[in-house]
Amino acid sequence: MWLNPSNPQLDRKGQLHHLLTLEGLPAEILWQILDTAKSFVGVKVKKVPLLRGRSVFNVFFEPSTRTRTTFEIAAKRLSADVINLNVAVSSQSKGESLLDTVDNLSAMHADMFVVRHGESGAPHFIARHVAPDIHVINAGDGRHSHPTQGLLDMYTIRHYKKDFSNLRVAIVGDVLHSRVARSQIHALTTLGCPEIRVIGPKTLLPAHVEQLGVQVYHDMRQGLKDVDVVTMLRLQNERMQGSLLPSAQEFYKYYGLTDDKLAVAKSDAIVLHPGPMNRGVEIDSSVADGKQSVILPQVTFGIAIRMAVMSIMAGNK
Amino acid sequence: MPGNPSPDAEQLLKALIEQMRPAVAPETGLIGIHTGGVWVAERLHQALKPAIPFAALDVSYYRDDYEARGLRRDVKRSEIPFEVEGRDLILVDDVLYTGRTIRAALNELFDYGRPASVRLATLVDRGGRQLPIAAQFVGARVDVEPSISIDLTRGVDGRLAFVLNRRAS
Repeated sequence: MWLNPSNPQLDRKGQLHHLLTLEGLPAEILWQILDTAKSFVGVKVKKVPLLRGRSVFNVFFEPSTRTRTTFEIAAKRLSADVINLNVAVSSQSKGESLLDTVDNLSAMHADMFVVRHGESGAPHFIARHVAPDIHVINAGDGRHSHPTQGLLDMYTIRHYKKDFSNLRVAIVGDVLHSRVARSQIHALTTLGCPEIRVIGPKTLLPAHVEQLGVQVYHDMRQGLKDVDVVTMLRLQNERMQGSLLPSAQEFYKYYGLTDDKLAVAKSDAIVLHPGPMNRGVEIDSSVADGKQSVILPQVTFGIAIRMAVMSIMAGNK
Repeated sequence: MPGNPSPDAEQLLKALIEQMRPAVAPETGLIGIHTGGVWVAERLHQALKPAIPFAALDVSYYRDDYEARGLRRDVKRSEIPFEVEGRDLILVDDVLYTGRTIRAALNELFDYGRPASVRLATLVDRGGRQLPIAAQFVGARVDVEPSISIDLTRGVDGRLAFVLNRRAS
């Protein structure tokens, strides 16, 4: 297996070998993943045998419940053997280097690593160092990327809106710390979404974010006007350093999604949230539980997306 | 291909319908295998009118060439709108060749339940079996070289036709 020098996620045939970021991933592969996921949604049998005999290692250097669980469910529905490693509380705290950890796991005959790490770029680093027949999936690295979340968001939007070519999408809140926002922006752009807006206070938007091709709003009601899709981002308290915000209450007042703010969007607009939600901080309960919310379907689609990614990659030899 | 006239799919379909008529009861489940087999199953269903709808099976998740060839690009969702458990079933495909597709289909079916019986209907049987699988209902047996593939097509008017193609080696 020789990786493509211009895009280390792809093999020489241009097929998906690792999934590290949605940036630079060809539209054809995004559509392939979305189409394959569609075949997995609503599969009535409990398991399909595609990954029988393969070992999927969930290697989480950072705590996560939902993402790890959905990867585990997806791998098990493909009949893989799943090993969960909570590295944050074992090897690393004993001083083992990242490469030594990976070498040790490779020696346990892993076929696929699902990696979450607090440092941006850690999954790339691992992908460069594993044996050529091992696949690496980024399950979230620092502020950089969370490709399967971006893909499940695309699946959700496509499910409800059918087509990206006429959509106006708003991404609201803590864009600065959000790997979900970056993944969404790259995927939406590749899939042909003509208008992407980011909405948030200046302190929580990356400098020069408009260079990603998005429109920047600091006022929620202006930014939400006539949008088809609203993605609310979690306020990442654990990543906040210094005084980016006066208080969560003030954030809620200006940027929390309430029914009256949502009313300026299109009447059939859908509301996404990657979870876990901070009710009363970035989203009001009546919106989160309301009829425009598609937050729980996102979780279900997330399993199908992860099944699609794993079964496409494992079949690409 | 020169010297190898394509079998007439509509003619074979008529023959197949007549063979199957005595075997299809109101509760018999017809299960077409994507893509050509689903077209044939749909036509059989229209002609034989069992009381339950026909099913469509995509065996991509069960194929034994996944390791070698990966997942096909255009996997469809299997739709079986009836209970498999305890039912008499007839698998329907367009071309029966090595038997590997049928093996995959049987494995998938048994993940849904334990049927009372499974029979196999095919428009064309071209021989060349690699597994102990036989069809009970056959439109015609044809003899073509291994380098030729027999592909079923469906026109805009719904008419089925076979085309012979040289395999990309």
